[in-house]
Amino acid sequence: MIELSAKGSNGLLAKRYASETRFRAYGAIALALTTIFLGFLLYDIISKGWPAFFESHSSIEIKIDPEKVGASDIANSDFAAIIKQSVREQFPDIQSREDKKTLASFISQAAGDDLRNMVLAKPELIGQTVKADLLLSAEADLYYKGLIDTDDKPLLDKFKAKLPVSQSISWRFWTNGDSREPELAGLLGAIKGSLFTVGIAILIGLPLGVFAAIYLEQFARRNRWTDLIEVNINNLAAVPSIIFGLLGLAMFLNFFGLPRSAPVVGGLVLALLVLPTIIIASRAALRAVPPSIKEAALGVGASQQQAVFHHVLPLALPGILTGTILALARAFGETAPLLMIGMVAFIADVPQSPTDAATVLPVQIFLWSDLPELAFKSKTAAAIIILIGILMLANALAIYLRRKFERRW
Amino acid sequence: MNQMSTARATEKNTQMVGERSTRISARKVNIYYSEKHAIKDLSIEIPDRSVSAFIGPSGCGKSTFLRAINRMNDTIDGCRVDGEVRLDDKNIYDKDVDVVQLRSHVGMVFQKPNPFPKSIFENVAYGPRIHGLAKNKTDLEEMVVASLKKAGLFEEVKDRLNSPGTGLSGGQQQRLCIARAIAVNPEVILMDEPCSALDPIATARIEELIDELRQNYCIIIVTHSMQQAARVSQLTAFFHLGTLVETGDTNTMFTNPQDKRTQDYITGRFG
Amino acid sequence: MILWSLLIILVAAVGAFLFAKSQATTLQTNNTGRLASLPGQHGLLAAAVAILAGLAGIVVSIPFSASFAWMMPALSVAAATIAAFFTISRITPNWHARNKFEAIVMGVLIASSIVAILTTVGIFASVVFESVAFFRQVNIFEFLFTTQWSPTGTPPSFGFIPLLTGTLLITFIAIAVATPLGLFSAIYLAEYASPTLRRWMKPVLEMLAGIPTVVLGFFAALTVAPLIKHSGNAIGLNVASESALAAGLVMGMMIVPLISSLSDDIINAVPQSLRDGSYAMGATKSETVKRVVLPAALPGIMSAVMLAISRAIGETMIVVMAAGLAANLTFNPLAAVSTITVQIATLLVGDQEFDSAKTLSAFALGIVLFFITLALNYIALRVVQRYRQAYD
Repeated sequence: MIELSAKGSNGLLAKRYASETRFRAYGAIALALTTIFLGFLLYDIISKGWPAFFESHSSIEIKIDPEKVGASDIANSDFAAIIKQSVREQFPDIQSREDKKTLASFISQAAGDDLRNMVLAKPELIGQTVKADLLLSAEADLYYKGLIDTDDKPLLDKFKAKLPVSQSISWRFWTNGDSREPELAGLLGAIKGSLFTVGIAILIGLPLGVFAAIYLEQFARRNRWTDLIEVNINNLAAVPSIIFGLLGLAMFLNFFGLPRSAPVVGGLVLALLVLPTIIIASRAALRAVPPSIKEAALGVGASQQQAVFHHVLPLALPGILTGTILALARAFGETAPLLMIGMVAFIADVPQSPTDAATVLPVQIFLWSDLPELAFKSKTAAAIIILIGILMLANALAIYLRRKFERRW
Repeated sequence: MNQMSTARATEKNTQMVGERSTRISARKVNIYYSEKHAIKDLSIEIPDRSVSAFIGPSGCGKSTFLRAINRMNDTIDGCRVDGEVRLDDKNIYDKDVDVVQLRSHVGMVFQKPNPFPKSIFENVAYGPRIHGLAKNKTDLEEMVVASLKKAGLFEEVKDRLNSPGTGLSGGQQQRLCIARAIAVNPEVILMDEPCSALDPIATARIEELIDELRQNYCIIIVTHSMQQAARVSQLTAFFHLGTLVETGDTNTMFTNPQDKRTQDYITGRFG
Repeated sequence: MILWSLLIILVAAVGAFLFAKSQATTLQTNNTGRLASLPGQHGLLAAAVAILAGLAGIVVSIPFSASFAWMMPALSVAAATIAAFFTISRITPNWHARNKFEAIVMGVLIASSIVAILTTVGIFASVVFESVAFFRQVNIFEFLFTTQWSPTGTPPSFGFIPLLTGTLLITFIAIAVATPLGLFSAIYLAEYASPTLRRWMKPVLEMLAGIPTVVLGFFAALTVAPLIKHSGNAIGLNVASESALAAGLVMGMMIVPLISSLSDDIINAVPQSLRDGSYAMGATKSETVKRVVLPAALPGIMSAVMLAISRAIGETMIVVMAAGLAANLTFNPLAAVSTITVQIATLLVGDQEFDSAKTLSAFALGIVLFFITLALNYIALRVVQRYRQAYD
């Protein structure tokens, strides 16, 4: 009689099963650790960055004194001083110079500009009492959000008791360029810079990559020359991105004299960076189209090129697009090579064309993360949320395309 | 070649089915691959120390049923087996049966030779090592040599036991796989079309070997070739569309089949 | 200006296409016989010629673009128009426009595939050219064999050994984290996981792989490094606030998806028949994995690890943000070290003087980095290819 049950067997089998369980546990632990790391990362970033999407406001009744604001000269009037004056009047008990100064520092510089714009838009407000919106400074903002503790706590509490503070979505974060003042710094400049840069990269990289792939996959004969190109492309795909930055610096800036900090150059560098990836993905997509389709076209008298461009390429296009989107997502998050070509300067203006000095979203993240103000840490995390959001959208689009057009022969 | 001639000497007795004790008996076995009903209500008795052949057109379920005998179907997602398969009165689908134990008693040889990418020695030593059968190194070496001898491969490879098993010819690889299977002293050896990837000469070697091994093992062979079934087996079972159509003594099956379908298949009407 | 020029060329090309096509159509109706090429093909040829001529106009006018901004669009549109008219003037019934057009297309295709080669040549030229300038100022033996790196010191010193050790230390930590995690993840997903788990874990790994390194750098510098410092201090260890451990750990997590996806491919490439052979012998899953699958997959896994090493050595943002600037020669993971990429990035951000050894040294480091990663990639790709052939 054969013994088949695990119970009745010798100790060896128990040992073997224990080792099996251990081995399996290692795998589960590895997956769990990876997931936990990702979860912790996302939680950390989101919890740090979420508050930066909101800003703190207060408001105050202000009489626009015609003596201080001339109807003909609104643009040059000192609205910041008017606001400062009105706020002080609300707190007659604050007397020391030091405290007055601190009190004024709770109001952002932007408050004066906002009031000026309001009056510019409606000059008839001069002489009337208006309710002015006060954007609060980063320090006050962080305190009221409960994120920091500060020596100015008593004054801040007093301020809030008199002038109610509320929070609202910070549109400035989306519509402003960079700024030294955390409460004013926005991402529009970086986002536009990123769009210009990646736009140029796609304009150059996609046709070059697809053409190269078509040549290598459909027309090139296998010989030493094409082998060299092939090995070269595979190796180029794994060259560290910072090396491409060196290329951009030495070739595009120094040798060809292209402008520093410009999205054009950034786009060129990123195009070369993603070129191997696009070629590899496009070749895979072209290879997946069965040769019988090309042969059928050749059979009815089409030329090689007509067969490829009329029949093979359209069928490979979804695959090519998917690969390209993934490559561009990578380019969108790329930082290091852009540091080399000077896209790392502080630029407050929103770029209007691809030749204007600009920075990109990931570089903006790098710049902000290095600033000492606590408020910028939160801004950095918020910028990261936007960056990851954009990348996830791109990936979702790629997955959608793949699902929609996936075809098996 | 010495052992081969002894093998020849064994009498080719085809009237033994009734005299041999039953080793494996299946009762009302149903096998499903997710939706597909691959084996329908199959019952069969397989005798010890003889060769039983499963024949039938492709897709008839013979390989599926073969794999059910050492529960290799467990490794396939969505495969479900109902009914019982008894090995010496023990249902191998019982809860307390351990597949690792089971498979050390029921070995298997596959369609395509699949030696591990290791040396010839390590290939054969694999089973004894994992099951802890050898007490020491010499013991293990003896086991390997004995198995290679039983598989009729030793003379050909004795000088290169440490060279990779994948470097052998197809027929040698298949005999290596047989040596690997018998190294753990199984009672039953399942062979899934073991010669389909081999040339006629290598096939003849394997068939001789099977004939020789039947003295000590219960062998079940799935084959496409009716000639092969006629040559090596004592019992033949004919499968068609997931059902066992007919089973019986090989000679009788080939000369006087009971079922019309068996007759059509054997005479080459379909298959 | 370039954009405007491109736009104008495009308009000219469309015009050339329509004009050539209508010319050819007229010819066809007036002529009794067939044309050698279809009217549309005449159009395509004219358009292609116009585009090429226009692009040539842009290239020619680049040197003058600073002084005469209007020259680029003017020259390119003139070139495009003249070329188009010349082509159109040659339309005759026997003119094989399609063959000419296809020759141009083939030229463009070949030129595109050469860009990849040019990129490599460009990289090579840039790093070599500037490095030669560097080694004219600094002895190559000082660079390779001395142990003091302070390019901004007085006098500056350029011994890259501490950068190499720093890079290797962080890479070692990263690989020590990533290899077991990535490999075991891949094994679990390939051999044990249910389809449902696989469906959930794939996006997790892909997402981790898609997180930009600047984000990981931020996380390493602001969250992981303080965490390690505090827990180290709590048990009485002296941990630098920019410890190699923090950068290495996060870099390791970055590499996990790379190793796991490469290993997953390799493990799945091991034929099922080998697994079946092992299971049929009564081996357990882990025995099969350890004794059959992994040995068979070993060359592929080795090359995956090599690609991962190359990736870690070349990774910039995580170390720029989380590792130190001071090049310490130490193997203590709790100390701060600097890496090759950190130095390249710091030396080239901000003011660059291409006559000073300080700026040029970045290119010398670049050459080292380029060749280390190139060698690793080349060998790894070779191993993968040979391995693929073995099981195809």
